[in-house]
Amino acid sequence: MNDQTRTGGISNGLDAKVLHAISYVFNGAIALVCLIPFVMVVSASFSSEDAISKTGFGLLPKDFSLEAYSTVFAEPMIIVRAYAVTVLLTLCGTLIALFLQTMTAYVLSRKDFAWRNGFSFFFYFTTLFNGGLVPYYLLMTQYLHLKNNYLALLLPLLFSVYNLLIMKSYIMAIPDSLIYAAKIDGCGEMRTLFSVVFPMLKPALATVGLFIALAYWNDWYSAMLYISNDKMYPLQYFLYNKVNNIEAYKKILESHAGSGVAAAINMPTQTLKMALTVVVTGPIILLYPLVQKYYVQGITIGAVKG
Amino acid sequence: MNKFLRKLNKNKIFLIMLAPAVVYALLFSYLPMAGIVLAFKKYTYAGGIFGSAWNGLKNFEFFFRSGKALLVSKNTVLYNLAFIILNTLTQMTVAILLVELNGKYFKKIAQSLMFLPYFISWVIVSVIAFNMLSNDFGFVNSFLVSMGFEKISFYNNGKYWPVILSIFNVWKSVGYGSVLYLAAIMGIDTEVYDAAAIDGANVFQRIFRVTIPQMAPTMVILLLLSIGGIFRGNFDMFYNLVGNNGILHPATDVIDTFTFRALITNNDFGMSAAVGLFQSVLCFVTVLVANKLVNNYDPDYSLF
Repeated sequence: MNDQTRTGGISNGLDAKVLHAISYVFNGAIALVCLIPFVMVVSASFSSEDAISKTGFGLLPKDFSLEAYSTVFAEPMIIVRAYAVTVLLTLCGTLIALFLQTMTAYVLSRKDFAWRNGFSFFFYFTTLFNGGLVPYYLLMTQYLHLKNNYLALLLPLLFSVYNLLIMKSYIMAIPDSLIYAAKIDGCGEMRTLFSVVFPMLKPALATVGLFIALAYWNDWYSAMLYISNDKMYPLQYFLYNKVNNIEAYKKILESHAGSGVAAAINMPTQTLKMALTVVVTGPIILLYPLVQKYYVQGITIGAVKG
Repeated sequence: MNKFLRKLNKNKIFLIMLAPAVVYALLFSYLPMAGIVLAFKKYTYAGGIFGSAWNGLKNFEFFFRSGKALLVSKNTVLYNLAFIILNTLTQMTVAILLVELNGKYFKKIAQSLMFLPYFISWVIVSVIAFNMLSNDFGFVNSFLVSMGFEKISFYNNGKYWPVILSIFNVWKSVGYGSVLYLAAIMGIDTEVYDAAAIDGANVFQRIFRVTIPQMAPTMVILLLLSIGGIFRGNFDMFYNLVGNNGILHPATDVIDTFTFRALITNNDFGMSAAVGLFQSVLCFVTVLVANKLVNNYDPDYSLF
């Protein structure tokens, strides 16, 4: 964000001071409202089940306790597996999608491609009209037979016209002369794409790559539709499933952990949900401040061109 | 014909590079479009989409007779209208006020915190909602009890949900949405502000006479674009926050959640395909109308 102020920089009178006060209060309040729910979930996860069932969730931990986490990690493999599915899916999906979308955007941005308007419309039309959920669902399950197949998680997010348009507007900003120079030097189109266009697209690849990665990371919908084998659940659907069937989850923990852990009936319930949520959210909270600036860029370009 | 072949040969490499995306779009977008014929059929597993028998408009009749058609359409539109209005107001106010501040750190930290909800999934938001609103453990209810008030059964009472859903929607998109308005303000020519200052305008007058009018084009474009999607409900949000809680459905069911339940819970392929087609057509028409309006307003921003 730009650090320069607009109207406030000109005047330092009373009006500016009042405005600053309003701004600090309003934006401070909104920022706190965005933060506090997370604090409350973390606090709840460090509370004892006893205290929560007596007085409910609060802003700070009640009767500080690690029992929820020791229950979650009594059988860490269940979570590690969900993490592994999501991490691998996000990595593969992002790389393939990024390559596919960049290559497509490159062709559609080339002015010497004869049918570029026709094909642009061919892709664009899919955002205007679609067949709805049912034909898509039947295609995936009855025709491609992708139930309980990781491809059912990978394919739906592989291509997005919105990202395509963002990528295209980044590529259009590369001077044509560079691409023609590469061709005069004898580069084929693929070679030009890899050795001239890709290196110049680093910020674009970061921005679009992060959009794609976040979509894969947060996806639970495809898993809900196509995955019924709980060993294959990605992280978000794992969380969805366990929070909504917490009693079943406690039974699984009990059966896995054997005598080392309390019987399901004595395990925490509400604090367990919160601890599970913290464990699933963790990396996002730590990483997002680092990648936020790429999103800001992408959002601005996407709104203008998309 | 020869000319076409020569053109084909010249563009050969482009077509090869385009092929994976074209196959993808044909398979996952255009083939399902052909699958909407299912809306006019009685689906059987043996017959599949194209082999099942026709049943005319029965699926539509069933949907409209059920009394749900009007309810879910109305809910979808009204929720979207509320979200559009509240989001626009909040995001513009945040941007206008944030840009006025000199403090670099406050601005950075505030903006980062506002971005936090954007990065998490709706599954996590649903746990947050439970933390706040649950009858037995929710923060709001423990607070009400400690102040000597009665508990409120949020999860048993539909009338609170338009407010709850609107708040969560604003909450999740405030950081993301204000970016666009910040960019619009940054694009305003500083000379306009200097001129206003010389004319003796105070900061409030400058906000109302310069900043807001100059932001208006961005606002109008974004409003029209979101109106284009007014028949599309945010499935992620409604399904995670409300889920299968039938008591809340009259107040919270949107077209997308209705279609989903008809398909997954009731396996009513024909009717849910009919609802899907009904929604796709409405969406298509509203996008065209919205785009026409954008085009009249400023052709540079029109979609096509």
